[in-house]
Amino acid sequence: MSLRSPLGRVLGSGSAKDGTGRWWAERLTSVALVPLTLWFLFSLLLLPSLDFAVIRAWMAVPMSGLLSVLLVAVLTYHAYLGTAAVVEDYVHAHGPKLLLMVSLRFLYVLCGGASIFAILRIAVGS
Amino acid sequence: MPARPRPLSPHLGIYRWQMGNTLSILHRATGVALACGSLALAYWLVSLAGGEDSYRTAYRAFASPVGLLLLAGWSFAFFYHLFNGIRHLFWDAGWGFERRQRHASGWFAVIGAAVATAALWTLLWHGGRL
Repeated sequence: MSLRSPLGRVLGSGSAKDGTGRWWAERLTSVALVPLTLWFLFSLLLLPSLDFAVIRAWMAVPMSGLLSVLLVAVLTYHAYLGTAAVVEDYVHAHGPKLLLMVSLRFLYVLCGGASIFAILRIAVGS
Repeated sequence: MPARPRPLSPHLGIYRWQMGNTLSILHRATGVALACGSLALAYWLVSLAGGEDSYRTAYRAFASPVGLLLLAGWSFAFFYHLFNGIRHLFWDAGWGFERRQRHASGWFAVIGAAVATAALWTLLWHGGRL
């Protein structure tokens, strides 16, 4: 269901040209990130050290791997939503704005993908 | 198209500096900083998967003076964005809009972030992680 008025949709008002879906996604991802980020932080703090073998052993546990993948996925999406909103608010020229928005998407998909692939590699031990 | 271009937010030049907009700007600034931090997290994870040598390289980079400064900044940004983000979620639910509540929760976010950052680094220091 769209909450936009027909007039608002036709005129394309607002710097993002659409709105409620992204607003809702920002809230959902932020709620999910509260437990995920705190879990990640406290897990690392509770490890006996930050040595390679210790971190690898922790990350190889299925629950650590799963929550880390979820953390990276939600964090990347949340970071994309946030920085995209900043670009839309401050970059008004069409060309640079398009270039930045496309670059942000590519950068986040690359980093999110690389992170998840890294966690999976550790999980399967390769 | 509208006859006049629609206003775009925010216009800092006409805004009186106060707690509300200061914390709002800080929320954005810390968010952008944390987005950059998520790239550092990606690098750390990739280095961890790459093996002991690549992990050691990343570890050295993060343990360097510049790396520690960045981590300290990211830790404060994380706690502030977390606390102020929760404040925003309460607002979204319709709670805490009274003037006193807004100020109290704002100070809680700022002071809470400072205390949490100090606690984290004290813990790291005493745990021998630094």
